[in-house]
Amino acid sequence: MSIIFNSSIGKKLIMSLAGLFLIAFLPVHLGINLCLILYDTREVFNKAAHFMSNNLIIKVIEIFLFAGLILHIFYGIYLQIQNWMARPVRYKIENYSQTSFFSKFMIHTAAIIAVFLVIHLSNFYFKSKIFGEVPIVIYDGKAYHDLGILVIEKFKIPGFVWFYIGCFLFLAFHLLHGFHSAFQTLGLDHKVYTPVIKSLGWLYTLLVSVGFILIPIYIYFLV
Amino acid sequence: MDFILKIWRQQDSQAKGKFETYQVTGISPDCSFLEMLDILNNRLIDRFEKPICYDHDCREGICGSCGLYINGRPHGPDSAITTCQLHMRRFRDGDTIIVEPWRAKPFPVIKDLVVDRSAFDEIIMAGGYISVHTGSAPEANTIAVPKVKAEISMDAAACIGCGACVAACKNASAMLFVASKISQLAVLPQGIVEAKERVRKMVARMDELGFGNCTNTGACEAECPKGISLTHIARLNREYFAAKLL
Repeated sequence: MSIIFNSSIGKKLIMSLAGLFLIAFLPVHLGINLCLILYDTREVFNKAAHFMSNNLIIKVIEIFLFAGLILHIFYGIYLQIQNWMARPVRYKIENYSQTSFFSKFMIHTAAIIAVFLVIHLSNFYFKSKIFGEVPIVIYDGKAYHDLGILVIEKFKIPGFVWFYIGCFLFLAFHLLHGFHSAFQTLGLDHKVYTPVIKSLGWLYTLLVSVGFILIPIYIYFLV
Repeated sequence: MDFILKIWRQQDSQAKGKFETYQVTGISPDCSFLEMLDILNNRLIDRFEKPICYDHDCREGICGSCGLYINGRPHGPDSAITTCQLHMRRFRDGDTIIVEPWRAKPFPVIKDLVVDRSAFDEIIMAGGYISVHTGSAPEANTIAVPKVKAEISMDAAACIGCGACVAACKNASAMLFVASKISQLAVLPQGIVEAKERVRKMVARMDELGFGNCTNTGACEAECPKGISLTHIARLNREYFAAKLL
């Protein structure tokens, strides 16, 4: 059991499990964000964000989420370096075999997403959790962080909106391969179900990326 | 037909190779790619130049000896064929054709277009066999093999070990080769007995030899002359997890 993670397949297993965990997290994040544009006030969003920050179970899951993210990044880089080392002399003409297009650029899209995450977390998560630079708002006599106003302020800056749209497009490229690839790595391949998984991957990617892209656009123009 | 060939020339495994340009003229469209290289070699020998080294044997697509990386694709522009099955009519008159050896750390270039693929033999030696005394031919149907399983095994056994999967993979991964060698035995009653030990040892050897990691890109499947499917890689993963975790 212990040495499974020393092997190439074992490391891929970690990548896929961590990736699926992150895939499961995205719709939750999207659902909470959508509260900001689906309701007239920021109250629902702020209360949802408050619940996510203070609920004990969520706090435990959050630890797993960050652990999953770090493992996914660490093993992604580790495996990529091994892959580069496996071909020390490159071809004069790079291979153009018919393959899954997005799979060729996983490390590149990952690098962009990593930069996005640093900016995203420092703008919202760390501001709220560590620096406490978030305005306070009172609902029913109880104080909440007004994260909603923080988001709205950011998404009134055109450059910020463009940056978010661009990053979510790259996330979509990453997910288009990552979703079904995770199942293949787990050995879940089936004549009937694999095409279903691939279609679900496309649907998931479409919904998640369009959902996330809509929020800054909506706020910029309509809030 | 006339062609301009840019071919990788390398004196030996230690030497620094480079591309040399050759003009070949008067080639029949029905010439195979290897026959075209034979013609070029004869002309080089006539001029007292060193002929181009490349691997070949059966010239009918079943031995897995030939393997050239032609214009960015292992075994050339056609699908599901080996280099020896490629014909010059597939190219246009006057085309420039770039010919390279397989590129992967575990496949070092020996000379020109010849690479050492004994890394594959080492993976097989690690466990790609059934270590039982088979004795004389048994009575037919003594061991019942379901038709579906037999088909899966035969599909996997079509692998000729040419190395196109490694050559095509952007990570130089040998997963499709190992997967086919695992699959051909893992689904049969005779192979199940040693399945766990086999997959453990073969994957460990594959890793030790320095092949890259599979990222499910699918280039191996697209370039495999025998059409071995990625399904076998999923089976390899399952077999490996079962061997390690159960």
